[in-house]
Order: sequence, then structure tokens, then C-alpha cells
Amino acid sequence: MMDGTFNDAQVGEQRIRNFNINFGPQHPAAHGVLRLVLELDGEVVERCDPHVGLLHRGTEKLMESRTYLQNLPYFDRLDYVAPMNQEHAWCLAIEKLTGVEVPRRASLIRVLFSEIGRILNHLMNVTTQAMDVGALTPPLWGFEEREKLMIFYERACGARLHAAYFRPGGVHQDLPQDLIDDIGTWATAFPAILKDIENLLTENRIFKQRNVDIAVVSEQEALDWGFSGVMVRGSGMAWDLRRSQPYECYDEMDFQIPVGTNGDCYDRYLCRMQEMLESIKIIHQCIDKLNAEGPGDVLARGKITPPKRAEMKTSMEALIHHFKLYTEGFHVPEGEVYACVEAPKGEFGVYLVSDGSNKPYKAKIRAPGYLHLAAMDHIAKGHQLADVAAIIGTLDIVFGEIDR
Amino acid sequence: MSEALTELGNALAAGRSDAVLATEVTKTGELAVQVSPAALPDFVEFIKTESNARFSTLVDITAVDYPGRDKRFEVVYHFLSMYTNQRIRVKAAVHEDEVVPSITAVHPSANWFEREVFDMYGIMFSGHPDLRRLLTDYGFRGYPLRKDFPTTGYTELRYDEVEKRVVYEPVSLIQEYRQFDFMSPWEGAEYILPGDEKKEEAAK
Repeated sequence: MMDGTFNDAQVGEQRIRNFNINFGPQHPAAHGVLRLVLELDGEVVERCDPHVGLLHRGTEKLMESRTYLQNLPYFDRLDYVAPMNQEHAWCLAIEKLTGVEVPRRASLIRVLFSEIGRILNHLMNVTTQAMDVGALTPPLWGFEEREKLMIFYERACGARLHAAYFRPGGVHQDLPQDLIDDIGTWATAFPAILKDIENLLTENRIFKQRNVDIAVVSEQEALDWGFSGVMVRGSGMAWDLRRSQPYECYDEMDFQIPVGTNGDCYDRYLCRMQEMLESIKIIHQCIDKLNAEGPGDVLARGKITPPKRAEMKTSMEALIHHFKLYTEGFHVPEGEVYACVEAPKGEFGVYLVSDGSNKPYKAKIRAPGYLHLAAMDHIAKGHQLADVAAIIGTLDIVFGEIDR
Repeated sequence: MSEALTELGNALAAGRSDAVLATEVTKTGELAVQVSPAALPDFVEFIKTESNARFSTLVDITAVDYPGRDKRFEVVYHFLSMYTNQRIRVKAAVHEDEVVPSITAVHPSANWFEREVFDMYGIMFSGHPDLRRLLTDYGFRGYPLRKDFPTTGYTELRYDEVEKRVVYEPVSLIQEYRQFDFMSPWEGAEYILPGDEKKEEAAK
């Protein structure tokens, strides 16, 4: 069938039209609810129009009518692959505005769990990206480790995913000693398992055919499109907020920043694998420091944190404080702040405008995946349809944070 | 750190004195620059290429709604310089019906951010290649992040078993939307507590 009237004298000439297809929102390689409208010329992608927003929950609107503490759990639901890293940005924003100093032990625990989050994320990303290009075993092995890490989450805060563990002023509760020991044991055993996964993938012929020289991002492109995290490091820029703008106690940690050279999917895969090993190094250092420095408070006691439980039983003021904190919430001084962390996917930031009340006047969540997906049309153009799945995988897209 | 930022702010203000309305280093140590909306693309280009600034990465674009102000919206840009390791916040106050020039020509990554601001606040960007709604539903009406838009929205949708399709209906809440007011009555509340009306009159 031809579209429109076609009464050209040259008979026999067929009109060739590009083919439009919908990729997703129910496609397993779409990593959630991504709908891509692809214009194909044969098998080559001519245009790629991502339709996002299918998971839009209006987080930023909801946050405007809730107190600062009630808003914290929303951050777990953004990038649900590494929940605590998101909470971290929110806590940092509040702490910057209120000028609260986080106790030493809480700071170490935060770094420890941020790195666990990074491994959670990279395990998920590396292995499912491998699945998108045809390898079935890595996700099975990777998820086994993720399971163990989730149990660490659960033992720290009682929830496997929606942790709500980092609180403004510290972390909710102290870690029991045997949990710290168990994380240490796990961290010692993990590199061997990572090695196994690496053996499956790094020199795998099919994996390399599907990833090498796919979605090459040059240094200039990474800047133009506002990339962050592994997406810039894979292109050879040693940019890591943990190093360049240190927050918490990252400045005393000894770790390397792996960078790629070609900026293709394969280099980003290698970066992620190496970053997991660096995270293990940080985890070991945190555990050593936690053990060496001994017990301490994990919350900066004051207006924005609850009193100790025992105190509440004896002191009327503490009881009132507790009640007021969990109903009215705390007030944050007027002002605006941008706080960001190096989340596993890149720079995760929060722009917070406070009017001095107990609720944020405006909170903008800046998710790294948003910019990466925005560049999808630019990156995918000229690639084959089959590469689109590999590209979505390497961009590290999670819809919780993109759609918010 | 803050002196360096103050200096940078002054240098930028001197470089584009017609665009910059005010510079400020906040208590939290961030450089914020207020510019006039019409000069935005030029100013953004300037801070991107200026040798001691080089804010070449666009971090974020958003807007803040202040219904009480004459210029209702404030469009807020964040930039990062990976070369000097500094950040800057650029703000422009705009009227409700004012059109802001797009910066997509300078930073391609602004594309989605501007679409989102348009989607959420209804601020138009001139020169944007593809200003469609981004996050909200197909055919959505209204601008959700404006302060006068209710959190519950106006429509809800469900799958209709009889019509075999998704139907849109006006929001009907079984229970009134609960908006608790936890502010202390003696700290900032401006309403009169029930029973206290007479006390006010007696005082007069």
C-alpha cells in the first residue's frame, strides 16, 4: 500500500519510507518503562525519540507539602537500585542549610553504605547489560551478591530497599558489631566472585562484538550533554565528585578513579568493574576506621534529630522534642542550596529552596540518568536496532530517578 | 574559597555588566548570579568560554514559583566547571507570560530541562527545537508544579471494564485531602483558634 496519491509518470518506482517502531514500554531491555519511538532505515536507527514520564509520580510536588523528614523516604524511590546514595544528597542539602556537623561515626557509616550502594548498582548494571547483549549467567551470579548486600541493608535499617537510613544529622541507628564484621568478611570474599563474572565477560567474544566501539562518547560530547559519573570517566576524564569536591570523609579514603580511553560501552563496562574493586577498598578502610575508633554517637543531637530513647523515658523536654520533631518537623533556615553526591550513576543533586518553614518551598532533584537518556537520540543515531538495547544498558537508566 | 568565588562573581559581572543584575555568595558558599532573561544565552556562552570560568557543563535547569511576586517565576540554572572545579547558579526572574530565550544552542543538554520546565511551569522558551511536554501524561492540561495547582490534580484515570479502555474522570476523593498543620499556634500561625474570637473582641 502506498500512502497518498502517487501518480508520478515514473511507474514501477516504489516509494521507500522509513519504518517507525515502538521500543517498549514493555520491552525487557528497556530497563523499566521507557518508550522509544525509533525511526529505522532498514536496521539503522535514524531518529530516536524517548517518551518518558510513564513512571512520573510527582515527587517534587509531593515534597512541597511534606516535612523535611517525611520527604526523605521519597529518595529511596528514585534510583531504587542504590537507595541510600540518593538519601545522602538530601541529607547533605539539609545539613548545609542548617549548618549541622555529622558525627564521625555516622560519616563513616554513610561512606560505607554509599559504597555498598555503588556495588549494588554496578552489579545490577553490568550484569543486566550483559543480559541485554545475550549473556544469561552474569545476572544470576550478580544477583546472588546483590541479595547478600540487601541483607546488609536490612540488618542496618530493617528494609531491603526503602531504607530511610541516612537522616539529616547522621544515620538512624548504629550498626551492631557483628554486622560490621560480616560486611568485612563479605568484602574479602567478593573480589573472587567479581573475578568469576569478569572471566565470563571481559574476553568473551560475543560480549566484545556487541560492546566495543558501540556508543562512543567523546570528551566534548560528554561535556555538551552534561554527562557525569561513568559516562565521563569512560571517555577518559578523571572526574569524580568524591575526589574533586569531597564530601563526608572521602578525602581521607585511599582509592583510585578508573578511567576509560575510547568512551565506548566496553570501556564503561571495564570502568564499572574496576570501580567495584575500588569500592571494596573504601569499604575495608571504613570498617578498619569504625573498629579502630570505637563506639560513638551516630546522630548530631540537636533540633533536627530525635533525642535518645533512654532520655525520652526520663526527660519531659526530650519527650516533647521527640513529639514535635515527628509531627511538626524541624525548621530549616531560609535560603537555597545545591548539594550533590557522586551516586553510582553520576552526579545526583538536590536543589533546595527553603522559606524557613518546616516544609521545603521547592526541591528539584537532578538525576544523572535524565541527562544520559536525553542524549539518547544523539548517541543511538547511526547504530543498529540491536545496539539500542546495549546502549540503554550502558547509559545506566533507572526510571525511578528519571521520571521522578 | 568564598573570596575566590566573590572575585569570580565580580569578574563575570564586569565582563557582562549589561546582563548581570546582582552577584552573591551564599552562606553555604555558592556563587549565585542574577541576570536579565533576555541576556541569558549570551551570558551562558560567556561563562562557558571565559578562560578563568569555563562553566562548560550544564548541571540543571529548573524554575521556582513565587505567586506573590510581580515577576512570578525564577528560572534557575546550575553550571559546573570541571576545569576550575567550581559551580555557579544563574537566576533570571520572568513574568508569567514572558518568553525566555532557550540556551539549547549553547548547551544541547538544556533540551530536556527546558521541556521539563515548560511542562511543569508553563514557561515558554523561544528558539527551542522541540518544546513538547515531557513528564506528564499525553494530553495533560495545566502546569503541575505551579503553587496554585492542587497536589491531587484535576483528573484521575482507571480502566473501565465495560468500555474496555482507560477512562479519565474528575478527581473524586472519598475522604478530604488531609493537610495537617503542625505549626505551633504560638509560633507563627495566623489563624484564630476556635473559641478565641471573643478574646480578640474583648481586647478591643
